[in-house]
Amino acid sequence: MKILIVEDEPQMLENMVKNLEAEGYVVESATNFAQALNRIGVYEYDCILLDINLPDGNGLELLKIIKKKGLGDGVIIVSARDSLDDKLQGLDLGADDYLPKPFHIAELRARVKAVLRRRNFEGQEELRYGNVAINISNRTLFIDKEEVELNRKEYDVLLYLASNKDRLVSKTALAEHVWGDNIDQADSFDFIYSQIKNLRKKLDSHKAEIEIKAVYGIGYKLQNK
Amino acid sequence: MKLLNYTTTYFAGILLVLISVWAIVFYYAMFEEIYDSIDDGLDNRKMVLIALANKDLPLMDKPQLDEYLYTIEPVDYNNYRGFRDIYKDTLMYMVNEEEFEPVRMLKSIFKKNNDFYKITVVTSMIEEDDQIRNLLKYTILLYLALIISILLLNKFFLRKVWKPFYKLIDQLKVYRLERNETIRYRETNIEEFALLNESIEKLLQKTRQSYSDQKQFIENASHELQTPLAIAINKLELLFEDDTLTDSQAKQLQHVLENLERLTRLNRSLLLISKIENDQFPLREEVDLQRVIEKIISDYSDMAAHKNMNIGFVAERTVKTINPDLTYILFSNLIKNAISHGKSGSTISLRLTDYEFLISNNSTMGPLQDKAIFERFQKMGANTTSTGLGLSIAKSIAEQFGFTLKYHFENGLHTFTLRFI
Repeated sequence: MKILIVEDEPQMLENMVKNLEAEGYVVESATNFAQALNRIGVYEYDCILLDINLPDGNGLELLKIIKKKGLGDGVIIVSARDSLDDKLQGLDLGADDYLPKPFHIAELRARVKAVLRRRNFEGQEELRYGNVAINISNRTLFIDKEEVELNRKEYDVLLYLASNKDRLVSKTALAEHVWGDNIDQADSFDFIYSQIKNLRKKLDSHKAEIEIKAVYGIGYKLQNK
Repeated sequence: MKLLNYTTTYFAGILLVLISVWAIVFYYAMFEEIYDSIDDGLDNRKMVLIALANKDLPLMDKPQLDEYLYTIEPVDYNNYRGFRDIYKDTLMYMVNEEEFEPVRMLKSIFKKNNDFYKITVVTSMIEEDDQIRNLLKYTILLYLALIISILLLNKFFLRKVWKPFYKLIDQLKVYRLERNETIRYRETNIEEFALLNESIEKLLQKTRQSYSDQKQFIENASHELQTPLAIAINKLELLFEDDTLTDSQAKQLQHVLENLERLTRLNRSLLLISKIENDQFPLREEVDLQRVIEKIISDYSDMAAHKNMNIGFVAERTVKTINPDLTYILFSNLIKNAISHGKSGSTISLRLTDYEFLISNNSTMGPLQDKAIFERFQKMGANTTSTGLGLSIAKSIAEQFGFTLKYHFENGLHTFTLRFI
């Protein structure tokens, strides 16, 4: 899987590259419009993370070029959280997703994975971890081929953790992803614990080969038993 | 007192004095002129009569003042030595008016053939008392006419002249800087008003500029803070994946992360407030409040469940044309506020009608400071994770929508009322 990151903030870029490389992707980067244009002219990518505000141009222009060329690249628009216009325009122009900045590392991974999945599985998407299968199109969980009932939030929590398997997901990132952006105003994320507890119970009772582990009290990690 | 009335009062006073003095001066001047003219007439008649008498001797002895209104009688010169002509006012019975009326009389001495005669000529006079009364009457009329015309002038003409001024004042009275309104100036040929318009425009421009600079500064500052905060948080998140961290190191880092996240929340809230105040949510569409609130309740149900709280919601279908994103933030802030400050195990009750939205919760806290709670960074209790901006944001949004948000406390119940006027 080849990913291009177009981002002008060097440290931000470094974080993103490191992270996605750790996921086993081949990651290339461009720090300005000209460089990015050059790259997409030469290579094809599975996913392009595109910052809208570039020093020498607008990322939306790049998006237009990508779409005009009929390239199959999946595009995730990255732009400041408050630019709602960018989001609407980007999606209108055919971007696959929109990632508001600043974001949590876990959110980045989940979004990239979702785009790659959608492109590669064409609808029949399934995540498998040992005896556990998460069917993404039907939003269902099977353990040892037996369906396990999950409520909406439990499913969202599980999928998010699964998209970040073996990686730490902070409570804040989890809360923002599952409960929405506005939850970030919440004074405490203790309520997440009850969902995790329920989820753990269901995984345990069906003898799942994965478990949710609390990490340093700041978040959770889905890992093999 | 209005400037117009003020000047009119002074004007009326000055006119009263001026016209009174004028009336007196005019009266005397007029009478002097009249006497002068009558006396000339008498003198002329005297000379004509003397000439006539010289030719016609029987006229020389006419002591009766008959219809010809003169007398001539011989006199002893010794009695009239050094006599000079006398003009005097006297009274004479007038048949037509059946009373004594003032007349002007000239007495003179003339000499014929060494005999002296006294001649008296009388002519009717204007009636002085009538004249004074007339003069007074017309003077008062003139005075009133002047005052009335000044008032009319004020009412129609000056009011028109002052119109740009009043229009300007009316606009300034309701002017709100935060709405970035513009003042419409009336065309005026009057230099003072033009100057006033110009000065106000300059003042407003400066004020508007510094207000928007200030808002822009907050927005830019919060915006610029986002990236470094995100980078720091991301680096920490990466660091946590390092399995070699000791527990105590992880604990320290956890505190750093928590504080950075709190800083991010604070910053995001500030950015939101300044964006609301900078009017950057222009979209308006029909929003079904009942559905929005139901969605928020479901979003926050886990938070409420965590505190064993019930949420009771009674609603009428209510649709308002407002910004959907802000609507969500407004109601979720109120609901979240009730959940986080409500007593564990208590019930939060929400009521929505077409007229207002009420949300009340029990709390261990007594009544809160009515005004202060909507102020920025006002925190309730010792909650260190709260940004203290939630209610302030709610208030800003309510104002943006033209709603009013009020708080009151009764029987241990904290209630926020949002009125959709």
